[in-house]
Amino acid sequence: MPRHLRLFLLLGLALLVSGCADSTYTWGWHVVSPFDARGWTNLQFLLGGLWFTIAVALVAISLSVILGLLLALPALSTNRALSTLSRSWIEVFRAIPMLVMILWVYYGVPVVTGLQLNVFVAGVIALALCDSAFEAEIFRAGLQSIEAGQREAADALGLSYLDKLRFVILPQAVRRILPPLGNQFIYMLKTSSLLSVIGLSELTRRANELVVVEYRPLEIYSFLVLEYLALILIASWGVRKLERRMAAGDRTAARI
Amino acid sequence: MSPRAPGPKRSEQTQMTISNAGTGGTAAATGQPIVELTGVTKRFGDYIALNRINLSVNAGEKVIVCGPSGSGKSTLIRCINHLEVHDAGRIVVDGIEMSNDTKNLTAIRSEVGMVFQQFNLFPHMTVLDNLVLAPMRVRNLSRAEAEAIALPLLERVRIPEQAHKYPAQLSGGQQQRVAIARALCMKPRVMLFDEPTSALDPEMISEVLDVMVELAHEGMTMICVTHEMGFARKVADTMVFMDRAEIVEKAPAAQFFAAPENPRTRLFLDQILSH
Repeated sequence: MPRHLRLFLLLGLALLVSGCADSTYTWGWHVVSPFDARGWTNLQFLLGGLWFTIAVALVAISLSVILGLLLALPALSTNRALSTLSRSWIEVFRAIPMLVMILWVYYGVPVVTGLQLNVFVAGVIALALCDSAFEAEIFRAGLQSIEAGQREAADALGLSYLDKLRFVILPQAVRRILPPLGNQFIYMLKTSSLLSVIGLSELTRRANELVVVEYRPLEIYSFLVLEYLALILIASWGVRKLERRMAAGDRTAARI
Repeated sequence: MSPRAPGPKRSEQTQMTISNAGTGGTAAATGQPIVELTGVTKRFGDYIALNRINLSVNAGEKVIVCGPSGSGKSTLIRCINHLEVHDAGRIVVDGIEMSNDTKNLTAIRSEVGMVFQQFNLFPHMTVLDNLVLAPMRVRNLSRAEAEAIALPLLERVRIPEQAHKYPAQLSGGQQQRVAIARALCMKPRVMLFDEPTSALDPEMISEVLDVMVELAHEGMTMICVTHEMGFARKVADTMVFMDRAEIVEKAPAAQFFAAPENPRTRLFLDQILSH
């Protein structure tokens, strides 16, 4: 573990402990204890939210990466109509707060379109739409960072536009934008907690529901913090590993 | 948009070796025109980069283009494979007229190989993958077929042992030789060289020029922008001198070096040959 991280953790722990020592608060960790029958049931209930959090973030980030790429391509082209469309999309969706978007999609879209959306689908749509604007900007920067000579070499060889993108430009661009893409995924994992307001049974929603039953907010929310911390530390470790593998220069290009 | 000129089908030609245009040297000047530029003009905004250029290159002919920087040499050869889009005039390559039609463009680009000053190898691919990419994707060859073309070419440019390395692991001279092999993998009928040795350390220039001389002797049609006058004397059939967006002088190589007609040509030659 890096040194500064260890320091932060120690500091946090010290604050927590000193705070507890001073107050008259009686801890009730049994509500989330695996050694307590009721605590064990609660734990299972809380951890059950992990799958929703992970699933909604994964599906949403996949969609928004695809959307972002599709938006970034016209932004770089000379086609006026397409690039205006993509610019406007980016400006509009970047401006809408995530929570507002979630509420609007969940309550607004069924009324406007007549389609009944379940919370998962509504959540995915809202997250993906908002995030797509940021993904597009990341892709645009990545694609622009590839030297003109690479495109020219691909053109001179007679490669089609799609082949040029698939074999020459994207593999290089993706390698460069992996850190911001990883950031975006982590951000997505965290933002998914907002979906608790429309009732998606993910980590935060379950914690809220349990607090109402047990009335032990401090213990339950502390546990919630630990859940997110563990999840995100694992995710960022995975992203770093992926970056290292790509940087090592092994075969990351699409198979020809 | 004009249809291809009648002649042997491409598929028959691909079976031949690259040295299909005769014995090389000056004998090739009798071939058919393979690249024809008529009144080609190119502007960058208000700046005129090419001013009504006429140039005809025969199959097997070696044309060396020289001239001061900013004279339009690079723009000229970049127009021949549509890396620059000309504003006026006609460009016909191997009977195909250049237009914005993608089909024509792909046809021309697969007939015309190009070597860049900065090599422009694909850094995320091995040397071999750099070579087989276009034959597989553009010519629809299998990997085995493409490698059967690529590996002998790596031998020819004298780096067979580097096939599975990445470009960054090679020296500049080796990278440029890979770039030449990559272009040759498409079995082009014309090779364009845009200052192929300008980015190289001096000790690596000759290894690249040697490969190019060999290619010239095998009869490849070449249009080469370079300041390497020793190389030019060795291989050129025709010398073209450009200045201020125009072709100032075009002459057989012997005559060009012995008795340049235009005073600007003379001045330029004096300047680059004096040291």
